Amino acid sequence: MENQFSQEQKSSEVIVVTSGKGGVGKTTTSANVGTGLAKLGKKVCLIDTDIGLRNLDVVMGLENRIVYNLVDVVEGNCRVKQALIRDKRHPGLYLMPSAQTRDKSSVTPGQMVKVIEHLREQFDYIILDCPAGIEQGFQNAIAGADRALVVTTPEVSAIRDADRIIGLLEANGFKQMDLIINRLRMDMVRRGDMMSAQDVVDILAVPLIGIIPDDENVVISTNQGEPLVGGASPAGQAYANVVQRVEGKEVPFLNFEKGISFWTRVSGIFHKI
Amino acid sequence: MRNFFRRKSSCQIAKDRLKILLISDRVNCSPEMMELIKTDIAKVISKYMKIDADNMEIQINTKGNKSERTAKPSLYASIPIVDMQSNIKETVLH
Repeated sequence: MENQFSQEQKSSEVIVVTSGKGGVGKTTTSANVGTGLAKLGKKVCLIDTDIGLRNLDVVMGLENRIVYNLVDVVEGNCRVKQALIRDKRHPGLYLMPSAQTRDKSSVTPGQMVKVIEHLREQFDYIILDCPAGIEQGFQNAIAGADRALVVTTPEVSAIRDADRIIGLLEANGFKQMDLIINRLRMDMVRRGDMMSAQDVVDILAVPLIGIIPDDENVVISTNQGEPLVGGASPAGQAYANVVQRVEGKEVPFLNFEKGISFWTRVSGIFHKI
Repeated sequence: MRNFFRRKSSCQIAKDRLKILLISDRVNCSPEMMELIKTDIAKVISKYMKIDADNMEIQINTKGNKSERTAKPSLYASIPIVDMQSNIKETVLH
């Protein structure tokens, strides 16, 4: 089986979704980017690396189907395949849940790399949902990754942590890091009460891959356990664009993504007068 | 009305705070230490010329291209000179 796959020379990509600060949307981003890639027909494996505080299973609506988890795999209690939950709504989408009753030290970076190397043979994309912080959980999550999606919100604390994370990723040899600015509120940007996407990019100096507007539909989709990527909601569209860009396609930023709307320009003229 | 236009937007405040914060974060140098460096530089320069120590600024920056996060940081000091024979009003020390 393994030989068959390696002969095909599949080039899989391992992406870690990280942020430093908690609560900025890592899990939501992991769920939506993973689901979006699966919707494009890719084979995707989502891995929740937040041991002790798992959430990705809930956001994906798969919490009732967990039997084995990441720590079971690492400790040899089960085979890798047994810990993978297939998402019935999207062919090709799998989740490896984290352990809820263990702590971060249950897994080492070396063990993570081994699990990922095993999964590479079967998947186009492996998405790692990283825990908040910069301790062992973070080290585990980044150990086997090829590239990173850094999630931040337009707030001082989140940007500061993102900057720290970017520095650490660089120190760990990451070449490709892309920025997702989450929960942007255009009305506040227009008023001058929120940093624009451009402001954040200027500060962090990392290529921008997506701007997700603050959208109540994200809460609704989490309630339902169904990622909103590809739907009609603003956040759903924005995530669909992120997915395209992850795939390497050039997609223009949506109107609300740009940071400068028609009205900003009009009011800008008035301000000059 | 004039007040409204003059008021610094909270966005601008955030940007200004972040700029200073990230410089000290990136070089692992606290604002207190920067303040100490500043007073020490002022002391040394004051031996040779009269300077306006209140309006001097020091900054740690990565030169030129801002995307080069890994570039070696340098210390910039902008020290307004009050009295000196030459006409140079301001000098930049590297």
